[in-house]
Amino acid sequence: MFGIKADWSLEVFERYFTLDDYGAGGDVRWCSGCGDFAILNTVHRILRDAQVAPELSVAVSGIGCSSRMPHYMGTYGLHGLHGRALPLANGIKSRRPELDVWVATGDGDCFSIGAGPWLHSMHLNMDMVILVFDNGIYGLTKKQTSPTTKQGTKTNTHPQGAILPPLNPLTITLGITNISFVAQVVDWNPPLLYETIKAAHQHRGTSFVRVLQRCPVFSEEFTKPLQDNPDQFTLLEHEDGITIDDNVKRLFHNVVEHDPKDWLGAMKYARDQENIPLGILFKDPDAIVYEDHSSVGVGMTNEEKVAGLNAAFDKFSI
Amino acid sequence: MNDQVTTAKQLPIQEPQKIDEHIVEIVSDSGEGAQKCGQTFGAIGGKMGNGIWTVEIIPAEIQPPARTPAGGSGNRIRVGSKIMTNMGNEADLVVGFNEQVLYARIANGAYKDGTIVLLENKWASDPQEKIRDEYAFAVDEFKKNGLIVHELPMEEECLKIVKNARKGKNMFVLGMLCRIYNRDPKLGLNEIHNTFKHKGDKVVKPNQDLFNSGYEFAKNNLEYFYDIPPYEGSDKDLDRIIVTNGNTAVGLGVMASGMEMISMYPITPATSATHYVAEVYHNVGGFIHQAEDEIAAVGFAIGASYAGKTACTITSGPGMALKTELIGLAVMGEIPLVIVDVQRGGPSTGLPTKVEQSDLLAALYGEPGDAPKIIIAAATIPECFEFVIMARKLAEEFRTPVILLTDANLATGVQPWLRPDIKEEWFSAPIDQSPWDKKVPAYDWDENTGLSQRPIPGQPDGMYVLTGLSHTERSKVSYNSETNQLTSQHRSRKIAALQSTLKAPVIHGVDSQEDEGDLLVVAWGSTIGAIEEAVNILKADGHKIASLHLRFLSPLEPGLRDIFSRYKKVMTIEINYSDDPDGPMITEENRRYAQLANVLRAQFVVDIDCWSVVYGHPLQPGLLVDELTKRLDAMNA
Repeated sequence: MFGIKADWSLEVFERYFTLDDYGAGGDVRWCSGCGDFAILNTVHRILRDAQVAPELSVAVSGIGCSSRMPHYMGTYGLHGLHGRALPLANGIKSRRPELDVWVATGDGDCFSIGAGPWLHSMHLNMDMVILVFDNGIYGLTKKQTSPTTKQGTKTNTHPQGAILPPLNPLTITLGITNISFVAQVVDWNPPLLYETIKAAHQHRGTSFVRVLQRCPVFSEEFTKPLQDNPDQFTLLEHEDGITIDDNVKRLFHNVVEHDPKDWLGAMKYARDQENIPLGILFKDPDAIVYEDHSSVGVGMTNEEKVAGLNAAFDKFSI
Repeated sequence: MNDQVTTAKQLPIQEPQKIDEHIVEIVSDSGEGAQKCGQTFGAIGGKMGNGIWTVEIIPAEIQPPARTPAGGSGNRIRVGSKIMTNMGNEADLVVGFNEQVLYARIANGAYKDGTIVLLENKWASDPQEKIRDEYAFAVDEFKKNGLIVHELPMEEECLKIVKNARKGKNMFVLGMLCRIYNRDPKLGLNEIHNTFKHKGDKVVKPNQDLFNSGYEFAKNNLEYFYDIPPYEGSDKDLDRIIVTNGNTAVGLGVMASGMEMISMYPITPATSATHYVAEVYHNVGGFIHQAEDEIAAVGFAIGASYAGKTACTITSGPGMALKTELIGLAVMGEIPLVIVDVQRGGPSTGLPTKVEQSDLLAALYGEPGDAPKIIIAAATIPECFEFVIMARKLAEEFRTPVILLTDANLATGVQPWLRPDIKEEWFSAPIDQSPWDKKVPAYDWDENTGLSQRPIPGQPDGMYVLTGLSHTERSKVSYNSETNQLTSQHRSRKIAALQSTLKAPVIHGVDSQEDEGDLLVVAWGSTIGAIEEAVNILKADGHKIASLHLRFLSPLEPGLRDIFSRYKKVMTIEINYSDDPDGPMITEENRRYAQLANVLRAQFVVDIDCWSVVYGHPLQPGLLVDELTKRLDAMNA
């Protein structure tokens, strides 16, 4: 190797993982121009940079375009059912807290059919990253209205235009007790995407990242106006959140300091429809992490179990 | 069995009358403690070496209105000189805290001509005329119907000791019962001490005083004094006897199986299993997850199982319905999982606290698509324990969900059983984290058996993506029609492979397994005690009848075709709905059969008949004797 002593390098990295180790090797089948590619590549890079052993990482998903992600990962994966990615992911983590868990879900999968698990998984706050690929439409089933579809958007289920204003996933998530990480980002700015997801990955607890994601086939109108006019965004910066490269800042003119501990401030940004926040809205390192409780007793010896069981039976002796 | 009461007897009676068994009921308004009284009375019987079977009488509401038939709460205890396997027929002696709660029991056919009723008499002098009238009317009606009613001043006696008789009358009644059945009063006092010791002497003392007072009252005022000797050999069992209900047995089974996770959502009558485990699970390193709903509960369990820690979910019919899609995922992805379904009355919300065996077809066929899985049914309370251990092993060995069916009768029935010797081999092995052989695919299906080993996250080189989509042996999504046909075949073959390891079932009521006869009764689940007792009675009457109780329902136990061929007639007895063949509109072509009958008819193309009812209560052997006699007489006519 150029200038580096081979034995030194071997000493540091017994196994060194490259980007290839985090990919599945086959074709990635999303439509051309789909924002999902950017998210996938970013996750690969974050895993590579963190040198997470692929066998210790699990990618979990529900159903939808987003949820194909585990198939494009070189890690373990569980491609579950529509709306049910989160209970599956929580279950994986419950007795195997050492596993590195990623959840790929979408606006239909998470905010509609998976709304219950979304709320309650945020409440559990198990250590994982939830990436919501939000393109404001059902893609895999071909253009039905989703909870985040803009009012008036013509879809196959609402050809006259979506009736209701969209749900706001950020305010909803921020309203849940014991949440610990809420962020929003766009798929088309790689450095910002990387920094945001990396911060999510490094955070211990459930890191909720809503990724505004391009669907060039069914919902161009969801992201196109945002791509065209980055002034609609407010970039949240803080030493305790993410710090933003000057190059990135040049694209976004509205950059503000926001301490992610400030919940009220987070709620204010989350509610703002004119200045859409990007970056970390909220972070609480002190929230209860459920696996700290659910994994108690992992590794108990058989002798201990036999003793516990005998004590249990004693109670029923007459 | 009950002698007529004569007032001429000298009290107290000195010598107890020896009897084989009695069925005792204690019924009160909800919250008056009849259940505690009954449980304690049952436990004392167990300690004295009697066979016991206890059934809870449960109102469907938490605080039903007082003095209403629907509000009756209490216990039925069958206590005798043999090991008890079912709740028996009509009660011999009943203690009623008011007359109204007995009406529901009468409507259930719980009492007979000659049943002794010890009834609280304070209602006769109630300030409300309406209540006085109701009481007088009921007492009169009970007597006309052949019940032997004794109106007793229980409240008045209790008020001599405590200010509020509502709390404590149950212990007075326990004292009465202990005298009537010649129980050792020390055992009663001990039970009271153990129940209330955490509340201190302030509570223990008055309850013990009430017990003594009840004991003396019965001694000096009642003509009933019985002795029920212990069953033969009970002395050998005594130090190994434990007393639990079926749900607790399931809970103990989960802990003994080595499963470290129960993921559940509250539902009657399943939840009490998790209440019990929640108290002690940490002592064996386990954790109960209460999920936000039934779907998330099974999802969470599947997640834990996928990660190598085979988990359990415990539910009832409505919960099963909600879980079907994820059970399908577990079948498709071949994830080991244990699902305990404590069956209750259905459909929909149905009868939440009552027994039914109505989930068999849903368990077998509930999922869209072909979703073969293992289904077993516990017949007894010890089996509730043993079958959970077996279920975990089968789930892992066959890489599939296993559904264990129990029911409300087992869940709330209390029985003494012998404490098992705990074996470490019951526990699951530590998860394998050694490198996986890259050449071996994640689904390395054996062509003949469909069996394969599964990689566990953490195993280097074992990485695969489990998916509910049709997939290849490397778990790659495949829309190839050949793949779907082949993998469906593999999943199905596992069930056949399991069957090849099973023994033919044992037939009850025959001297040799090659025996033959007129009528074979086939059944499953908690009905075993009542059915076998009925068969014994009929056999003693000279009928050529036998019964067979299935524990495996998917796959079915082997040898059934041959067994069925040896009987003139085969029928199932079940607690689920079937059309009465003589009912209006019912013909051979539209009659809907009981669930196991359906399964057996389809599998064996044998004209298997059925008798099944959905009254919500366990089957009574006497009722079965009547029904079966009709069939046998018709066959011999």
